[in-house]
Amino acid sequence: MTGRTFAEKALARAAGVPDARAGDTLDVTPDLVFSHDNSAAIRRIFEQTGAPRILHPERVAIMLDHAVPAPTTRHAQNHAEIREWVREQAVAHFFEAGRGICHQVISEEGLVLPGETVLGADSHSTHAGWLGAFGAGVGRTEMAALWATGEIWLRVPEAIQITVTGTPPPTVTAKDISLRILGELGADGGLYTSIEFAGNTIITLPLDERATIPNMMAEAGAKNAYLPPDQVVFDYVQARQTRVFSPIYPDPDAEYAQRYEFEVSGLEPQIALPHQPDNVVPISDVAGEVVHQAFLGTCTNGRITDLRAAAEVLHGQHVQCRLIVIPASAQILQQAVQEGLISILLEAGAMIGTPGCGPCMGNHMGIPAPNEATISSANRNYWGRMGTPSAPVYLGNPYVVAASAVTGRITDPRELLA
Amino acid sequence: MTTHHRCWVYGDNVNTDMIFPGRHTYTLSVPEDIAAHALEDLDTTFAASVRPGDVIVAGWNWGCGSSREQAVTALKYAGIDVIIAASFGRIYFRNCINQGVLPIVCPELHTLVNTGDRLALDRRAGTITAQEQIFAIPPLSPTVQAILDAGGLLSLLQHRFKGDSYP
Repeated sequence: MTGRTFAEKALARAAGVPDARAGDTLDVTPDLVFSHDNSAAIRRIFEQTGAPRILHPERVAIMLDHAVPAPTTRHAQNHAEIREWVREQAVAHFFEAGRGICHQVISEEGLVLPGETVLGADSHSTHAGWLGAFGAGVGRTEMAALWATGEIWLRVPEAIQITVTGTPPPTVTAKDISLRILGELGADGGLYTSIEFAGNTIITLPLDERATIPNMMAEAGAKNAYLPPDQVVFDYVQARQTRVFSPIYPDPDAEYAQRYEFEVSGLEPQIALPHQPDNVVPISDVAGEVVHQAFLGTCTNGRITDLRAAAEVLHGQHVQCRLIVIPASAQILQQAVQEGLISILLEAGAMIGTPGCGPCMGNHMGIPAPNEATISSANRNYWGRMGTPSAPVYLGNPYVVAASAVTGRITDPRELLA
Repeated sequence: MTTHHRCWVYGDNVNTDMIFPGRHTYTLSVPEDIAAHALEDLDTTFAASVRPGDVIVAGWNWGCGSSREQAVTALKYAGIDVIIAASFGRIYFRNCINQGVLPIVCPELHTLVNTGDRLALDRRAGTITAQEQIFAIPPLSPTVQAILDAGGLLSLLQHRFKGDSYP
């Protein structure tokens, strides 16, 4: 008998069955389900089902993050309907506008632990793999069904193993590793799969930086992505939660549909060109392109390590294009204030926004003018993504975003830090 | 029973922002309004010219990107109830099933037909006929087929909680 992948083990656990194989369809009971500003739309679907109440409100989290504070009356009405629903249904875990981005907040609040299964009404729910959990995205009607019944069918995905080795040079981060992998796999290279990481590199990365990797594997089409949890992860979750958990590791002889190896010692910063996240080149191929706006934030790169990186580049400098900085959570913003990072960023000319998704998907807080280019630390650069169809978006790491803000052109941060 | 359909043909990696832009996700909730913005950043002729019964024929990874269900419902409200693609984004595939829209995986078809061409669909026999070639429709798992047969996940839930019969 061959071994099992992480996904096979995690979904067997979530379904309460002794064993599962790729291709099986299981009825899974997730440990937590979460949704965000789309919760009012989910509520309207739920109300049509005839279900009396949310079955397990203690397993439901809702946070306002996609358009906060509300930019229009319609957005405000949407939020108001969600607050009313949260009260009515006694949803156990509600986080107001300004608390932070869903994936970051469930991590900070200890609502996701190693080995658990969480489903979010958000495509970047793969993010939860940074703590060794199974995280996947679902649609709105499915979230309504999860509220009503507490369970859902999931097909156990085939798995891909990606082994990352080597030590990335200074200013080369988990973002660059992710972009390099996306460039190699392509936008559908991980379609329907569990992308399971191995190798000696990831445990050397700062803990919060690791989260970028499973977050971005959504851009390869993955169902979930997984980093094997180590002691640093256990210390992080134990500081937040006393709930019992049991980490899950793939067997050494697990069956993988494909295996990839990436050696990152010589990697240079990577850039995703418009209009796809897998359209990736080394920064030397695109350095010098004019940008009108730089955006540091999102669930991909709005954490403290990212803000420290930007402050390192921006210390004593002044931006030549608009720089929008939006921490991924209120806790991160608080820490950045305490560390003096926000002062450095403000002195360099940055704007600081309310923790949340910001302009990532074109709702508000930094929509570009037609034909204006943005360098962004986000995970998507689709045509029109930031709200203006003709405005191109380049994706890069936080050092690159900060360095490009200083020069107004896509800039290798090593030029400014040398 | 064989049905005949006019095709709208698109390429690879058409993402959910192309199908239904993110800037509308929290401001539009009426079906006709949502349908009016279907594919507006990819094909400005679509929303005005699509007719009920038309089908989408696409390349690889149709519907990659966001989990937004409007990327399916915008097409459904515009009259599309079958989408044929070389492959689908995984959440998009699930959203199709849940909305009662049939997603058919067919790697070859998008290379053979053009927008405006017609194809024949025989759901019972599980075949697509286009350009005098016949393609098999891959079977779905019983769980998935049951949701489609109910007309979508909402109908299935209504049956369970309200005892409603399927439409």
